[in-house]
Amino acid sequence: MCGICGCGEGHTHSHEEDHSHDSLDHDHHNPIDGHQHAAQHTHAQGLSPARMVQIEQDILAKNNAYADENRRYLSQRGILALNLVSSPGSGKTSLLTETIKRLKEELSIAVIEGDQQTTRDAERIRATGVPALQINTGKGCHLDAHRVGHAFEHLALSDHSLLFIENVGNLVCPSAFDLGEAHKVVILSVTEGEDKPIKYPDMFHAADLMILNKTDLLPYLDFNSAECIAYAKRVNPKIKVLSLSAKTGEGMDNWLKWLKAELELQRIDYA
Amino acid sequence: MHEMSLCENILQTLQQQANAQQYSKVKTIWLEIGELAGVEADALRFSFDSVMQDSIADQARLEIIDIAGQAYCSHCAKNVPIQQRYDACPECGHFPLQIVAGDQMRIKQLEVE
Repeated sequence: MCGICGCGEGHTHSHEEDHSHDSLDHDHHNPIDGHQHAAQHTHAQGLSPARMVQIEQDILAKNNAYADENRRYLSQRGILALNLVSSPGSGKTSLLTETIKRLKEELSIAVIEGDQQTTRDAERIRATGVPALQINTGKGCHLDAHRVGHAFEHLALSDHSLLFIENVGNLVCPSAFDLGEAHKVVILSVTEGEDKPIKYPDMFHAADLMILNKTDLLPYLDFNSAECIAYAKRVNPKIKVLSLSAKTGEGMDNWLKWLKAELELQRIDYA
Repeated sequence: MHEMSLCENILQTLQQQANAQQYSKVKTIWLEIGELAGVEADALRFSFDSVMQDSIADQARLEIIDIAGQAYCSHCAKNVPIQQRYDACPECGHFPLQIVAGDQMRIKQLEVE
């Protein structure tokens, strides 16, 4: 499906498939081809060969092109893809397992897990009975649109399904990389401090929804929810906020309603 | 450290353009980096040299053009300078402001041969 990189046909993931489908930690087409062809020397004789070339291109143009292709693939199939971003330990995976338990009877769900190392999160997701693919980024601090596009091939996503992409726990780098998702959802646990939105403004600016998680702990903390939400809206006036506890289930109803409504929106065929 | 990824993206663009623009070596590269783009110039320079090593941009000079952050204040009905995404208007104190410049990161031009 990778029309941009041209690696869709015939490239092999067999080194992973030999043992399991749960890891995608290769980098099968390193763009450095090692044999750059010398340009034709077409410049006029006597002139210095050095010249200026105007590029005027976004540094992330290539990632954005992959993201556009992912978005097209997802929208043609009515799949709602959400890019879940947060610091490590905000409770992303617990929120996912609790969400899946409540929705898996009525919706088709799949998960892409991004971590630097281990397949632990994918195993936690698979224990709920839905397919999960682990992408290990190695030294990388974020998922990119190219790797996510290839993950689609492995997951055999159903039409009108829900795809959660759990990004690497990091409130900085994933903000810059569009994966082709419908929305970035930033998860902030109340144990982290209310000023995270202004400490990491890029992420809260890029997200459409903020989830305040672990609200069951509020009685034991000095966390000021109203102040936190005000900071988030200062960075991103359009951000919507949900408060919940994945552990006790408080507030989960609103999150499930939001998910179903967004999934329904994916069914609309715009002209 | 996504500056490393940014450099890898830059290198991909340089290689992609090499055929179209008929060059085999990049000598200088000018980037426009906005103050609000979340990019650390020092980290970018550090990554740049190692990512470009043994490529068509080996030893290339990196020139970073800083683009100041600017936002529109609806109260003052004009553009005002800002340093952070969450800054209030320096003149009237109103926020949020609408960012109009300084969040870009672009490859502007190259010196090639």
